Amino acid sequence: MNFLLDFFGDPANWSGAGGIPARLLQHLGFSAAALALSALIGIPLGLLIGHTGRGAFLVVASANVARALPTLGLLVLLVLLLGTASVWPVLIPLVALAVPPILVNTFEGVRGVDPELRDAAYGMGLRGPQVLGKVLVPVALPLILLGLRLAAVQIVATAAVAAYVGLGGLGRYIIDGLATKEYDQVVGGSVLIVLFALATQGLFTIVQRLTVSPGVSQRVRIPR
Amino acid sequence: MITFDSVTKRYADGTVAVDQLSLEAPTGEITVFVGPSGCGKTTSLRMINRMIDATEGRVLLDGTDVTTIDPPTLRRGIGYVIQQAGLFPHRKIVDNVATVPYLLGWDRHKARTRAMELLERVGLDTKLAQRYPFQLSGGQQQRVGVARALAADPPVLLMDEPFSAVDPIVRTSLQDELLRLQGELHKTIVFVTHDIDEAIKLGDRVAVLRVGGRLAQLADPKTLLSQPADDFVREFLGRDRGIRRLQFVPAGRVRLADPSAAAGGWRLVTQDGRPRGWRRGDGPLEPYGTFVPGRDSLRTALDAALLTPAGCAVAVDAEGRVVGIATREALDEALAEAADG
Repeated sequence: MNFLLDFFGDPANWSGAGGIPARLLQHLGFSAAALALSALIGIPLGLLIGHTGRGAFLVVASANVARALPTLGLLVLLVLLLGTASVWPVLIPLVALAVPPILVNTFEGVRGVDPELRDAAYGMGLRGPQVLGKVLVPVALPLILLGLRLAAVQIVATAAVAAYVGLGGLGRYIIDGLATKEYDQVVGGSVLIVLFALATQGLFTIVQRLTVSPGVSQRVRIPR
Repeated sequence: MITFDSVTKRYADGTVAVDQLSLEAPTGEITVFVGPSGCGKTTSLRMINRMIDATEGRVLLDGTDVTTIDPPTLRRGIGYVIQQAGLFPHRKIVDNVATVPYLLGWDRHKARTRAMELLERVGLDTKLAQRYPFQLSGGQQQRVGVARALAADPPVLLMDEPFSAVDPIVRTSLQDELLRLQGELHKTIVFVTHDIDEAIKLGDRVAVLRVGGRLAQLADPKTLLSQPADDFVREFLGRDRGIRRLQFVPAGRVRLADPSAAAGGWRLVTQDGRPRGWRRGDGPLEPYGTFVPGRDSLRTALDAALLTPAGCAVAVDAEGRVVGIATREALDEALAEAADG
């Protein structure tokens, strides 16, 4: 408890390049960029594979590779290869971590749509892309968002590794604190990351409420 | 008119789903495809809107080979109703019904107005328009499915076992509703079912298919019941063909008598012209059965006579007022006449 008071009570921690707002913004920057990139890869691929039924092995392979891939090892390797001049050594491991949950859930969401429904959509005269956009995506949306949420929370939690190679973000408090044995920094940084992850979770819950049709979530009271 | 011209569907593994099918589904009539599972009835239906393409032969829609029309364009001009309704769960009922009008580029207001009209037409409360499919019962969803198929007023309607997933009471009311709608709309309907009673009730013409996709018999229901082409059709039709055939004989043919003509001392008790029961002497009021001569079949009239110890069926008008009775002798004459054809 004292660590927290020390950390959050210290005015020096609230301003400047090493202050909480700046670090938070950096962390947010890495995370948002990594999530956007992962979504750009995972969602179209998941939709395509789920809709056409071709290339399902890619989904399985990516899920397995991701489970086996050590984020930190990849980061170090990329720093050795690319240096620390760019953010890519940090972004690439985060994307590698986040694509699989997005890809797998998007794929499962689309593939899991009742075949009768797909049949009805084609039977009404919708074209392939219309079936995907007007029927499959809205119905699969809860799972697509679940994939994004899992990915986002994982990215936020893992983006702390950026500090390991000298880049900013909330991880700096942990890495620097451990190096200088200032444990209030370590605890404070950890708490901030946890809060950030929880906020991300909360944000996705709100997005889900706003975008998923009540007919799909069945979250609507029956009138009268 | 829909024409099957020596249509065969063979799958890559060599399975033949439909074998040299040739038949016509006339304009404005209900043609029913019926048969056991594996007889290719659904495959045949789906070849009309190109959900499946034929391997050999042609399917013609008013003389045009359907394979010359781009499938989505073709399908927008053909109503399609499937077993589980297949409503879009994320759209409100009104927008589900307006699916095809939206695809055809109607403006939103016009499409929705049309959708509301159709909901009423298929016997649904328009209050349901703003609900989602999961909030409706199976029978209501199926009505929405029919409304959706009719939304763009297509001349042709394909119905693939549309009523088989609902309970018998709802099924009967949906069937009656379909016949009533067809009386107003005169669509060219192809209806697939595995239920021979449904086929006989709904079909102007019934095509009985056997396993392997071959046509066993194509006939109107009355002919089917009286002259099955072979043992397969006879067996498929099941028991009670004689009794069931009577539902195609109008009860209007039965000679009516005055209620006083009832034999055995039975007296018809009425109130305001409507029947209350049969009574003999000072005995208790016994049950009665009624039929409407201009509307019901001889089967209904016979059934009405069997319901009561008096042995006479009471003929009533549409308002339920007694217009006469059909005595046993009169029913006998009508039965003899029906048996002669």
